[in-house]
Amino acid sequence: MAVAILLILVAAGSVAFHLLSPWWWTPIASNWGYIDDTITITFWITGVVFVVIVLFTAYCVIRYRYRPDRRAEYEPENKKMEVWLTILTAVGVAAMLAPGLFVWNQFIAVPDGAAVIEVMAQQWQWSFRFPGKDGVLGTSDARNITSENPFGVNPNDPKGRDDILVEGGEMSLPLGKPVKVLLRSIDVLHDFYVPEFRAKMDMVPGMVTYFWFTPTRTGTFDILCFELCGVGHYNMRGKVNVVEDSAFNAWLQEQRTFAQSLAEAGAGDGINPVSDEGGADAANRRLAQRGAH
Amino acid sequence: MANVTSARVGYVPPAEVAEVDLYHPKSWVTKYVFCQDAKVIAIQYAFTAIAIGLVALVLSWMMRLQLGFPDTISFIEPGTYLQFITMHGMIMVVYLLTALFLGGFGNYLIPLMVGARDMVFPYVNMVSYWVYLLAVLVLVASFFVPGGPTGAGWTLYPPQAILSGTPGADGGIILMAISLILFIAGFTMGGLNYVVTVLQGRTRGMTMMRMPLTVWGIFVATILALLAFPALFVGSVMLALDRVLGTSFFMPIIVEMGQQLKYDGGSPILFQHLFWFFGHPEVYIVAVPAFGIVSDLIAVHARRNIFGYRMMVWAIVAIGGLSFVVWAHHMYVSGMNPWFGYFFATTTLIIAVPTALKVYNWTLTLWKGNIRLTLPMLFAIGFIVTFVNGGITGLFLGNVVVDVPLSDTMFVVAHFHMVMGVAPILVIFGAIYHWYPLMTGRMLNTAMGHFHFWVTFVGAYTIFLPIHYLGFLGVPRRYFALGETSFIPESAHTLSAFITVVVLIVGVAQLVFFFNLVWSAYKGKAAGRNPWGATTLEWQTPEIPPGHGNFGPTLPLVYRWAYDYSVPGQAQDFVPQNQPPATAAAGGETPGTRGAAT
Repeated sequence: MAVAILLILVAAGSVAFHLLSPWWWTPIASNWGYIDDTITITFWITGVVFVVIVLFTAYCVIRYRYRPDRRAEYEPENKKMEVWLTILTAVGVAAMLAPGLFVWNQFIAVPDGAAVIEVMAQQWQWSFRFPGKDGVLGTSDARNITSENPFGVNPNDPKGRDDILVEGGEMSLPLGKPVKVLLRSIDVLHDFYVPEFRAKMDMVPGMVTYFWFTPTRTGTFDILCFELCGVGHYNMRGKVNVVEDSAFNAWLQEQRTFAQSLAEAGAGDGINPVSDEGGADAANRRLAQRGAH
Repeated sequence: MANVTSARVGYVPPAEVAEVDLYHPKSWVTKYVFCQDAKVIAIQYAFTAIAIGLVALVLSWMMRLQLGFPDTISFIEPGTYLQFITMHGMIMVVYLLTALFLGGFGNYLIPLMVGARDMVFPYVNMVSYWVYLLAVLVLVASFFVPGGPTGAGWTLYPPQAILSGTPGADGGIILMAISLILFIAGFTMGGLNYVVTVLQGRTRGMTMMRMPLTVWGIFVATILALLAFPALFVGSVMLALDRVLGTSFFMPIIVEMGQQLKYDGGSPILFQHLFWFFGHPEVYIVAVPAFGIVSDLIAVHARRNIFGYRMMVWAIVAIGGLSFVVWAHHMYVSGMNPWFGYFFATTTLIIAVPTALKVYNWTLTLWKGNIRLTLPMLFAIGFIVTFVNGGITGLFLGNVVVDVPLSDTMFVVAHFHMVMGVAPILVIFGAIYHWYPLMTGRMLNTAMGHFHFWVTFVGAYTIFLPIHYLGFLGVPRRYFALGETSFIPESAHTLSAFITVVVLIVGVAQLVFFFNLVWSAYKGKAAGRNPWGATTLEWQTPEIPPGHGNFGPTLPLVYRWAYDYSVPGQAQDFVPQNQPPATAAAGGETPGTRGAAT
């Protein structure tokens, strides 16, 4: 009997915990309200199923507890009931899957005209690259990475010369503009996630991944790494400031371009793309040259 | 009226093959150490699995102490924390749950329940255990090598698993790979045994559709394991080669500390596909035996036939088959081709249908039953609650776009602990309370058992329900410390501390269970024969506990399915599977006594 009361308490307690819990989604700051809606649908369907099954079990325990003078009913199968339960379950599952796939379809289709930015991850920091005046990011490759060229931007690609490089883990984004976030990692798996944006994707060395979203609320949000990336994983933090257009442009103006940073690093225009085999050697050579100056 | 099958009760096919004599032990060593008797091998598997499982339990206390009370325990550093979570996960999933369900319960119950004298290849079965033990010892050794065990997470994702930013990248990861390779080799020997014994070793009359669901569950899970583990085997070999020989199966060009490493052209995502091609069926390798066992616990203790036996069998088979086409739902945000999302979300949600039907049939077995609230029944009820809870959160994570914000949060941690941690372990406890009398001839102490159930079930639910909500909030998993994070309120830290306290209480309460196991072996009430009134063959042996060869001079003949409980017109409320129909059905054959047979 006690276990029946326990079951009722589990059902009631779970509902009460849900209603009273101060821990819930952060206020959304992107266009992905649809994701929240899909979760709400899933939550209600599954929540009702959970409560019904637990309470039904409690009912059975009370109603059909052991009495020596009684016999259980012998009923190996009940085809009709099994068919109905199958149909009902399938309908419930479809009611969750359909909106899920519908929203996924939007999630993977980047709208035309979305601004493109790049987030680059390495153990254990974030960097960002914005296209320059030409509106296009230059090509990049981990083979090009040197101390002067931490992003590995292709120095021979004219589209990359005006790319704006942001180091230090903090960036800004304009409010209300769809943005396609290209994701790169140069060492291990990472994952770019801002809980308020709801959208995330792993960053995989050797390839470029992406997701898109539209910031819908100004403010400063924490960037966290959401894929285990070694001992510094928990400390791999950044910030994104969602600001009005004018503030964003002003901020962007203050950042250095790839060409500027090369010039400042002293490597100037003479830099050559580093070949596959010579990566480390070339970097060392350039370091040695710098030491000689 | 129920129309189970066209086959009549009492159909027993003629013997086709003569019995083969068993290996008879000649000394103490061959009787208890290098033993070929599946029952002894089962106990060896169980002891080893539980022993290494206790290590994993202590590791979980360490990580909870860090999460609940950061900066209070000086020897827990970011690196050691990652080593704790990695070893906790790997031990629990592979070395405890897989080994205990298949090596432990599989070995003990398959021959007894299908009416065989032993496994069909007893020598290979023995070797299986010793290779498993070696795998465990190699795993333990990784705690003592320079750099310690790997801290790559139990998923061992490269590149980080073998790079210097991850603890244990020196020796730990190599020993991990070797240990897994050994485990899989050992498991394959045992697994082939379980499958062939079910297919070829059944006694006369034990058709496939008369087998208890416990055997069905272990049988299907073993087939899954035999097909899934090779993917992990391959992944482990290639990972070890990348680490030791510098090959680039999983390693693209990588820049570490400003230097390009000598890797190029490999794919980190390839490893994830291999890992989850194993890893998802692995969930069912653990769950399906639990499904089978809990079905029998519920039927026996509710004194009612399992509701919809054939549906239960086909659901197990369907779940097993589907489990091979859902693996990439672990990878929705891995960077794989997003078009995969449609396919894997659909297959994943389809698997919910047979799974839900199993849940309905368990509760419908209770419905109109005559429910004895014995300890196995309490744990079975606890399983239903936690499994339903963990199952429905799987519908969140399986539904591709819903997974996007939830992946790698504490929601995932709560989900898989509820569904493949708590739920199967409650079944293991229930099964131990149920079959302990068979193994020892004595009952486990009921008062201690009740204490154990209440603390474990209420505690586990209290631990894992709130963790889902931390996941909704956006708290990441595998974080050593949350530090200053704007969206995480102080109350979340308080909750974490509370959860840690409950974890420690539930952990310590398990000592009562272990004490009960030892105490009852000497002082427990004598069980007598068939204390639960079960129909299945393991309780019909001439000796309790069953002796060498299980069934005395002649093997039992099976006349009916395993669920003839409360059959109308019978004196007793159960009819053993080996009871001939003449004495069973006094008034001739009633539709109710029809056994399921193919």
